[in-house]
Amino acid sequence: MEWVNAIVQGTLLGGLYALFAAGLSLIFGVMRLVNIAHGDLIVLAAYLGLTTTIMLGMHPLAALLIVVPLMAAAGYGLQRGVLNQTLGDDILPPLLVTFGLSVIIQNALLEAYSADPQKMDAGVLETASISLGGLTLGVLPLLTFAVAVAIIAGLQWTFYHTALGRAFRAVSDNQDIAQLMGLNRRHVFGLAMALSLAVTAVAGVLLGVRTSFDPSIGGGRLIFGFEAVIIGGLGNIWGTLAGGVILGVAQTVGAKIDPGWQILAGHIAFLVILAVRPNGLFPRMT
Amino acid sequence: MHEPILQIVGLSAHYGDFQALYDIDMTVAEGEVLAIIGANGAGKTTLMWSIAGLMRNGADQVRYRGEAIGGLRADQVAERGIALVPEGRQLFPSLSVEENLIIGGQVGRDGPWSLRRVFELFPILQERRKQASTSLSGGQQQMVAIGRALMANPDLILFDEISLGLAPVIIRDIYQALPGIVGGGMSAIIVEQDITKALSVSSRIYCLQEGRVSLEGASDTVSREEISRAYFGIE
Amino acid sequence: MNATQSHVTRTTSTARAAMLFGAIATAILIAAPWWAGRADMRLMSELFLYMALASLWNLMAGYAGLVSVGQQAYVGFGGYMLFALTIFGGLHPMAAIALTPVLGALVSVPVAILIFRLRGAYFAIGTWVIAEVFRLVFAQVLALGGGSGSSLPVGIVRSLADSRSGREALSYWLALGAALLVIAVIYLFLRSRKGLALTAIRDNELAAGSLGIDIWRTKFVVYVVVSALTAMIGALIFLQKLRISPDAAFSVNDWTAFVIFIVVIGGIGTIEGPIIGTLVFFLLRETLADLGTIYLMVLGLVAIIVMLKAPKGLWGLVRERFGLELFPLGYRVEPATGKKED
Repeated sequence: MEWVNAIVQGTLLGGLYALFAAGLSLIFGVMRLVNIAHGDLIVLAAYLGLTTTIMLGMHPLAALLIVVPLMAAAGYGLQRGVLNQTLGDDILPPLLVTFGLSVIIQNALLEAYSADPQKMDAGVLETASISLGGLTLGVLPLLTFAVAVAIIAGLQWTFYHTALGRAFRAVSDNQDIAQLMGLNRRHVFGLAMALSLAVTAVAGVLLGVRTSFDPSIGGGRLIFGFEAVIIGGLGNIWGTLAGGVILGVAQTVGAKIDPGWQILAGHIAFLVILAVRPNGLFPRMT
Repeated sequence: MHEPILQIVGLSAHYGDFQALYDIDMTVAEGEVLAIIGANGAGKTTLMWSIAGLMRNGADQVRYRGEAIGGLRADQVAERGIALVPEGRQLFPSLSVEENLIIGGQVGRDGPWSLRRVFELFPILQERRKQASTSLSGGQQQMVAIGRALMANPDLILFDEISLGLAPVIIRDIYQALPGIVGGGMSAIIVEQDITKALSVSSRIYCLQEGRVSLEGASDTVSREEISRAYFGIE
Repeated sequence: MNATQSHVTRTTSTARAAMLFGAIATAILIAAPWWAGRADMRLMSELFLYMALASLWNLMAGYAGLVSVGQQAYVGFGGYMLFALTIFGGLHPMAAIALTPVLGALVSVPVAILIFRLRGAYFAIGTWVIAEVFRLVFAQVLALGGGSGSSLPVGIVRSLADSRSGREALSYWLALGAALLVIAVIYLFLRSRKGLALTAIRDNELAAGSLGIDIWRTKFVVYVVVSALTAMIGALIFLQKLRISPDAAFSVNDWTAFVIFIVVIGGIGTIEGPIIGTLVFFLLRETLADLGTIYLMVLGLVAIIVMLKAPKGLWGLVRERFGLELFPLGYRVEPATGKKED
């Protein structure tokens, strides 16, 4: 039963990792950009949530109403102001610029909030749980998982059933020809980054409710998101959920064997999958 | 002659150190069908890309309805009513046939062309509208590419090598459809290597050779000898 | 042009002048223990080790297109190997340092086989995962202090030299020697056939592949050589520090972020860039370090601006302005002197 519990808890944890991964996967799909600052942006969202809850006395989930649009706007501005200038055949500029961004965000957070761990207070939500066939499931992890599923379904729907998604796919296929269709790729890329950071905002706030955080943890969140993307298979939005779940389960099962092995077990699961299925478990068919 | 819809004045284009176009002058009248011929590498596609905004030029080198558009981005050019059917069709592989057409109408200009009319023109596309664009034959893909450009309801449409790589019978079908497309007052530039085809649909013809205009004339009066000279550069 | 009156050469008069200047500077630097203070020597040692790290990272990213954000894996590995080989293997520290590149190469082979499956930017994050795995694994090794780390025993430190000043001089010379060795290896490598292949790949991967250059193999060799030398530098870094812990050994900030900023600011894809970048970095650090986090933000901002506005870095600006080349890699045809061509 303990093992079943570990697997169930890992699955729920995987929802959070899928949220880390979804934003990363989205912008890679649209513009082949890998954002090294992604993890730090998650942490930034957590801090924005913290500030909102403290200053306005709001519940963290209500703070999403402020943090999500804020992060989306920041994403659009960041893309149009900086990142669009780095896109091209050379992978160095986007990589190094987002790396620089990562260091800037991390140190700005240190300057503003200090290195002390912080946590958002979600009241009863944090401790509420339901019993299910001998397992005790926290309401918050369940909620996180449900939100992840909903967001990924929403992204999938946006990608394949809306004009915006059509524009994303067209620009991803061929930027020049998309431009001929009246699509300004710089604007489309801006929208993709806005959407990515909106998802990141949700991920960050849920992270900040679930555990304590400090400015240095961004790199680790980037790595979890990245591992979920690669495990699930590049270009597959639902794959990020599968990847997140596998990573989450590997971590909780690893922690069950030895608490010091939690993170290591996740990395090892990732490396094993990379070794046997380099394209991930569910690569995009087309 | 009507007012020119497009005027190209002293247009030069470069790829790095390589100069692809030298000092091109060209006009297209309102409602006119113009043909451009020339050998491979003569600069025809570069010229189309320059007009469509995929290559940026000096603003005044391309004038559309009196406006200097040479420095605009392709999406801004598209909004003003110029559509390109690119060489090699260049459909979006991630989009279905129908989506490829719909995205062509993204610029949101009013006019006679709609999904329904494109399907009337090319009924096979209606049958296949949910399919992946990559699953179509070459000829059908060319129909999608033409339909996609029409969906923008352009005033000037550019066809770049629409018969390249297609079976003769398909080329015939497409050329039979052309008058129905450009008949409604739309201006057109047709880039074509098949000289007979080019002469049959156009009122005037330009020949490019090594990036320069080597011949300009009315399609019904220009002689074969003149064309051979201009095309191959044989004196 | 007449073949007897011109010749193909690699060297330029600037390069010859630079070599002479370099030789004099090296002689002065070798003599530092007789003219420099203790703190200056420590600073210079650190500078040389960063110069070596930056040059190595630049060889991978700037020439082989392998952008790694995980070279701290090898810095930390080398450091831990120094401790393990001396403490448990009973080796003399010098022998341990000589052995670290061999071990670094050995461990980098399976790593390369695995992460070369990732392309471009995903390769970068893959290297970071590897570094994290190294950190977490070494944190589990209780014999080396686990998560809190350990110090190099006094006996082992003493075995380097009897006097403190002797040890400091030796440690300084090792750092200087390592930097010179790394730069020389890179220079000679880039001039070799493999190096030319590398430049060809950087300029056009597709064309290089069609010319029969085995791209995977060439990149693999670069990765292994760079990792081996990075491990050796890691050993030297922790010989200076005399104390190691997983967080310090595998720090992404110390061994990757700074190194990337050095290379980007100095000029990526040139031999001179990392050298100049290191000097600028230390200049900034010594003047702005009191600002703490602000200093790091400024550094990140400068790197972004350089990447966007002057992607060839400071050295690129200098070279464009004056046409200088201190480490000539290309061939040039020199017309015979004194004759005007018709």
